[in-house]
Amino acid sequence: MIHYLANPWPWYIAGPLIGIMVPLLLLIGNKAFGISSNFRHICAMCIPSKIPYFNYDWKKEGKWQLILLLGIIIGGALAEYVGGTKGLVDISFQTRAWLLKMGIFSQNSLLPHNLFNWESLFTFKGFIMLVVGGFLVGFGTRYAGGCTSGHTITGISNLQIGSIIASIGFFIGGMITVYFIYPLIF
Amino acid sequence: MKATLLYLAAGIYFGFVLVRAEVVSWFRIIEMFRFEAFHMYGVILSAIVVGIICLQVIKKLGLTDLEGKKLALDPKSIDLWKSYLLGGIIFGLGWGLTGACPGPLFTLVGAGYTIMLVPIASAVAGVWVYGKFKEKMIH
Repeated sequence: MIHYLANPWPWYIAGPLIGIMVPLLLLIGNKAFGISSNFRHICAMCIPSKIPYFNYDWKKEGKWQLILLLGIIIGGALAEYVGGTKGLVDISFQTRAWLLKMGIFSQNSLLPHNLFNWESLFTFKGFIMLVVGGFLVGFGTRYAGGCTSGHTITGISNLQIGSIIASIGFFIGGMITVYFIYPLIF
Repeated sequence: MKATLLYLAAGIYFGFVLVRAEVVSWFRIIEMFRFEAFHMYGVILSAIVVGIICLQVIKKLGLTDLEGKKLALDPKSIDLWKSYLLGGIIFGLGWGLTGACPGPLFTLVGAGYTIMLVPIASAVAGVWVYGKFKEKMIH
């Protein structure tokens, strides 16, 4: 049993387990599964202002999502505790070859160490990836009204055309990063 | 109180699954955007299939919540398609750079990758800027 919990899962196990989140949150409290609203709740909580977008009762509307978020952090810690996350991510040979060309070696980690660390934050690449990247994630998800969980998983499960449009947008953006921005900054 | 614990449990479950699915890995996201493996597509598509089936079953059964309201998701208005597309592209740029969408950002912090607190902080800043200029943007 522990062997199964400690190692990466194939897509046909992991995907359905992710999809279960949609009915699960409906059954718990008739809620729409989504993560990115939490950034808005955090703004409303931490940065008091007169901006209408942040003037709402975040405790009432956002409590369940913030608790879910806390659980997600604990879930990450639990996965690290049970088996760790230091195995080699089994990406394809082609991706590995491309990354090698970009000077990024596959490592026994979920993220490339040489880019995702506190020293790298003060380099040009690190700043673009961590600071600018994070900013775009926040700005974009709220502009689009949802992220991968709210639009791609929940929205498309609910057969919403808008969520398909948003998800196409996600892929256009990601491809621009990988095909145009990365060759420029690496 | 009971619901609070259930949300917490659902979060723990989701965070754990995200790690074991490897969807929190920057390497997997790059591989996906380069269309060089089926893994991420398999995860996303099978999650959607399960989501569609479960929602249809819930609808057929006519399940309600404690207040007697039907269990259902409010559909998002299609009139906002420009913001879905533009916002989606902006988010996608960031997803490619950080290799993590919002759920994974927090999962990674839990798994000990504390550097991800930086993109979380700048995501909060990004949302604040969006809130500030919301009225002036195309929707």
